Amino acid sequence: MPMVDIAGKDYEVDEEGYLIDLSQWNEDVAKYMAVEEKVELTDSHWEVVNFLREYYAEYQIAPAVRVLTKAIGKKLGPDKGNNKYLYELFPYGPAKQACKIAGLPKPTGCI
Amino acid sequence: MLHIVNKSATDRGSLESCLRMATKGSAVLLIEDAVYAVTNGSAAAAKIQAAAADLKIYALGPDLAARGMAGRVLDGVNVVDYGGFVDLVAEHNSCQSWL
Amino acid sequence: MSDMDDMDEGSGIVKKFMFLNRKAPHGTVYALEGLEVVLITAAFDQDVSMVFTDDGVYQLLKGIDTKGIEVKDFSKTYRALDGYDIEKLYVDQASMDARGLTEDDLIVDVTTLSVAEMANLMAEQDVVISF
Repeated sequence: MPMVDIAGKDYEVDEEGYLIDLSQWNEDVAKYMAVEEKVELTDSHWEVVNFLREYYAEYQIAPAVRVLTKAIGKKLGPDKGNNKYLYELFPYGPAKQACKIAGLPKPTGCI
Repeated sequence: MLHIVNKSATDRGSLESCLRMATKGSAVLLIEDAVYAVTNGSAAAAKIQAAAADLKIYALGPDLAARGMAGRVLDGVNVVDYGGFVDLVAEHNSCQSWL
Repeated sequence: MSDMDDMDEGSGIVKKFMFLNRKAPHGTVYALEGLEVVLITAAFDQDVSMVFTDDGVYQLLKGIDTKGIEVKDFSKTYRALDGYDIEKLYVDQASMDARGLTEDDLIVDVTTLSVAEMANLMAEQDVVISF
């Protein structure tokens, strides 16, 4: 497994750059992953990242994108629970990119 | 002798084979899916309780907890942790795993 | 992900899939693998039933704590199935009775079926996948 140095600390990641041990996650890791994904983190991004972390804590999986969209809509309102909004924040796939930034594994059901 | 069983008694016959062969005074340690046998209401409960008259029955605590069964263990069954598992192996001259 | 959405919109054929779960969790990898396959299948908008029978009913127990054996607690994931539109969860009464379990012991809402009802449900499926 590859290792990356983030703010002076070593972290193990998989071949696609996802964090191996999600208990190691912190804001430095999120910022590093965001740079890797060429995403500039705003409050709107953090809202999704934090939502994903809560979802994972509750269900022990990263949601598929349509499940994420539906669940965000339920919690944060329909103006955020849609593909357009989420793809604007994470152009290469909200589940894939936001999960990486949130320190979660790649979503189940994501091909 | 220490007998170790790791398969569910409702899926395989290894617990039954073990109880048939275990002689008086032997220890039987249930681990992994075998721990369901020592829970209240299990199909093997009566057999375990009858066997406990002649055998010392143990079950591994972390495996019970991982199966939601920590609070449902039959009376007369001794719950051990990993340290207790090691002690049991060390205390007995020989050990048979019913794979 | 978006590719899969396009695909299921395209085909439009809905088949009845049953996922039959007969193994206890943790002792073998069947339970976790079965659950992952169901989550993936959910993307194809099929008519999915999940059936828990024999030792499979143990997968749904409340109060599971896997810290001691250092494996993932995927029992919580059964509660996510609703969000994946997988709402048909069945257990069979005989398997529950043989293990001293009732619906109150389970982490999700299920429908309890008799052996005859379970047999009929299985007979009417297009595809049965067993774990």
